[in-house]
Amino acid sequence: MTQQACTGTKAGTSRGTGDNDSFDLLIVGVGGQGTILASNIIGEACILEGRNVRSAETHGMAQRGGSVETHIRIDGRYGPLVPTGAADMIISFDLLEALRYRHFLKPSGTVVSAEGIVVPISAFQNNLEIPSADWIKEQMSDIKLITVDAEKLAKDAGSILSQNVVMLGAAAKILPLKKESLLKAVEELVPKKTVEINKKAFLLGYESA
Amino acid sequence: MVTRYMLGNEAIAYACCEANLDFASGYPGTPSSEVIDTLRAQKLRDFYVEWSVNEKVAFENALGAAWTGVRSLFTTKHVGLNVAADPLMTSGYTGVKGGFVILSADDPYAHSSQNEQDSRIYAKFAGIFCLDPANVQEAHDMILTAYPLSEEFEIPVLFRPTTRICHSKSNVGLNEIGKDGVGTEHRTGNFGKDPRQYVVVPAHTRILHKKLIEKQDAMAEHLVKLGLNRAEIKEGSKTAVIAGGIAAEYVREILPDDVSFAVIGAYPIDTEWLASFVGRHEKVLVVEELAPVIEEEVRQVAGKVSVFGKKNGCVPYDGELTLEKVSAAFEKAGIKSRRSFVPVAPVADLPPRPPILCAGCGHRAVFYAMKKVFGKDAVFPSDIGCYTLGIQLGTVDTTICMGASITIGSGISHVDNKQIVSTIGDSTFLHTGIPGLINAVYNGANQTVVILDNRITAMTGHQPNPNTGITAKGEISPTISLEAICRACGATFVETVDPYDLLLLLQTFTKAKDTKGVKVIIARQPCVIAAKKSGLKRRRLTVNPDVCIGCKACVRFGCPAIEFFDKTASITELCSGCGICAEICPKSAISQEVI
Repeated sequence: MTQQACTGTKAGTSRGTGDNDSFDLLIVGVGGQGTILASNIIGEACILEGRNVRSAETHGMAQRGGSVETHIRIDGRYGPLVPTGAADMIISFDLLEALRYRHFLKPSGTVVSAEGIVVPISAFQNNLEIPSADWIKEQMSDIKLITVDAEKLAKDAGSILSQNVVMLGAAAKILPLKKESLLKAVEELVPKKTVEINKKAFLLGYESA
Repeated sequence: MVTRYMLGNEAIAYACCEANLDFASGYPGTPSSEVIDTLRAQKLRDFYVEWSVNEKVAFENALGAAWTGVRSLFTTKHVGLNVAADPLMTSGYTGVKGGFVILSADDPYAHSSQNEQDSRIYAKFAGIFCLDPANVQEAHDMILTAYPLSEEFEIPVLFRPTTRICHSKSNVGLNEIGKDGVGTEHRTGNFGKDPRQYVVVPAHTRILHKKLIEKQDAMAEHLVKLGLNRAEIKEGSKTAVIAGGIAAEYVREILPDDVSFAVIGAYPIDTEWLASFVGRHEKVLVVEELAPVIEEEVRQVAGKVSVFGKKNGCVPYDGELTLEKVSAAFEKAGIKSRRSFVPVAPVADLPPRPPILCAGCGHRAVFYAMKKVFGKDAVFPSDIGCYTLGIQLGTVDTTICMGASITIGSGISHVDNKQIVSTIGDSTFLHTGIPGLINAVYNGANQTVVILDNRITAMTGHQPNPNTGITAKGEISPTISLEAICRACGATFVETVDPYDLLLLLQTFTKAKDTKGVKVIIARQPCVIAAKKSGLKRRRLTVNPDVCIGCKACVRFGCPAIEFFDKTASITELCSGCGICAEICPKSAISQEVI
């Protein structure tokens, strides 16, 4: 049997409280917004720092414009799923999705969410009330919520497609990973032509939060 | 040794390469598809790989290869193993020469499946090995164990990861391919004739069955020797937990230091070993997903030991396990968990965001026209693919398994006078749809069959099929004709339509409705995602707000590119230019953008 390669060194920046000994987070959004790339960047940063990481992703049919969730446990040594009420952090690419998954957050946790809302077409078809940004924020007034105008910052960086990297930058101050490791992972994982745009997107997000 | 952040399925594929794999075949199915997809994407691919037409075909191809002495892999999702069950059940009798791994990925909670069946039961049924990894690293390592194991006993190995292994990522330690000769020792097949082994006529098969039964004890003992089934006994502890698959990870996270723990990573389980472990304790909790496979074995050897598990309500039979559920099982069994959880409910009544057909998907137009022509009283049997999402449009009345749209429709048509319109994708039609069509024509069914032909196996990640014109290896394949196949099945009404031509769709459906017998309509338009990837661009549509009367006819079409604010429709950048909404709009308020 191959030995476990990583030893779970802890690069002790800010850590979650509670009784999990890993830093547990969710990345949520709408299928197609790039949650998997964001998860890969965090995972790669863990590898660069020689740390354990476990994650679980949504694949298959659920990707077709549906709500998607990725669980990540930095320094995780066991199963990949984060229990409800136990996440140190939620990174959301859509404000409505942040609310949909907030029950995963522990009371001391932080939500870092994009300001934008992709209105689910179910709302148009079934005449459902579309929640306003203010109402959604009100529902999360009891927890630490950081919102980011990801669309604007991504455009400033040079491409609207870099919103996921903007959000990762915005979350970077709370993630227990070095900024340099995350930036290196961004460099390694985004398409070569877009490296500069994405690095800028990361830094704009980082400064905004 | 190199460490990478890798998807479970990628780690499994990589391990197959490390293990000198020579032959791989499979049919796509979530959560198994990325194994073959990873293999076929290898730059240095010095093994054979194919996407097969269905799982039975794939299984038999791989078995044939294994009979020649090469190392072989067959991949499927759990329900695909039902399709391959016929050869599976006798493959233990014939055995193999080269190592043969049958990867059957289970899907607890049915994230992307029609049921929650447990492949471990198939392994027991067929008398073959089953390996059940608890995490991504173990999935990788177990593949390296599986091939020599299969060869030593000349028995196929069923490898059973679940969704949370296949679609999990973790840091994985790998033996780098090419370094120190890893993954470079390939074999050439050499089929040695031996009818007593490979021709299962009754006289041979009776002997082969006896031999298979005789192997079972040694197989079980060997799995303990390999450490795949292992126990950590805490001296003096009256309590033990036994877990298999990913449940072992959940248990490890919350297990108190003074409780004994056994991990079942492989089957058959050595009964004597199990009895000696269980017998040291007064109370045993068994934690596993899906069927109570381990639990039943434990109960058989338990004697006076109290057993907790599914059969006394501690562990659920359905769904996937979580830390919370395993912690609750601990509590029910009176074992203290190292972590405690208070489940939190989600915020209620948010607008749901289910998966939907893409903007510009040809299936949506077909469903729209079908409903318009045949009405809501018609019966719409459907099948397995992206188009099952047509349930949201009211045009999917039945889905049970691959290929069942035509057959369920025929059955209904013989006893119910309603109009029957079956929908089936091109890959599914080739998979198991054809026999149903022959049967429908042969037995005089009265139904319309719509083949939703997007020229690819879309839902599982755009794998090619014989209708795509390329193979898994990216080689051009001979063209097949769905029209010619349908005519050869005996259908005389075979019409091909472009789903983006709404008027023609409506006319063709009307003609089919007025014709008796089996009518086949092939609705052909490349998958919109695949078309975009290959560079196809169409001009977007736009709504003239001065003309729009807010009737919502376009909104009811259900395209995700159409929004509706302030009593006016609008079209977002998701639009891929199919133009159906423009044809639907009663006021001609929608037209192509002028650039």
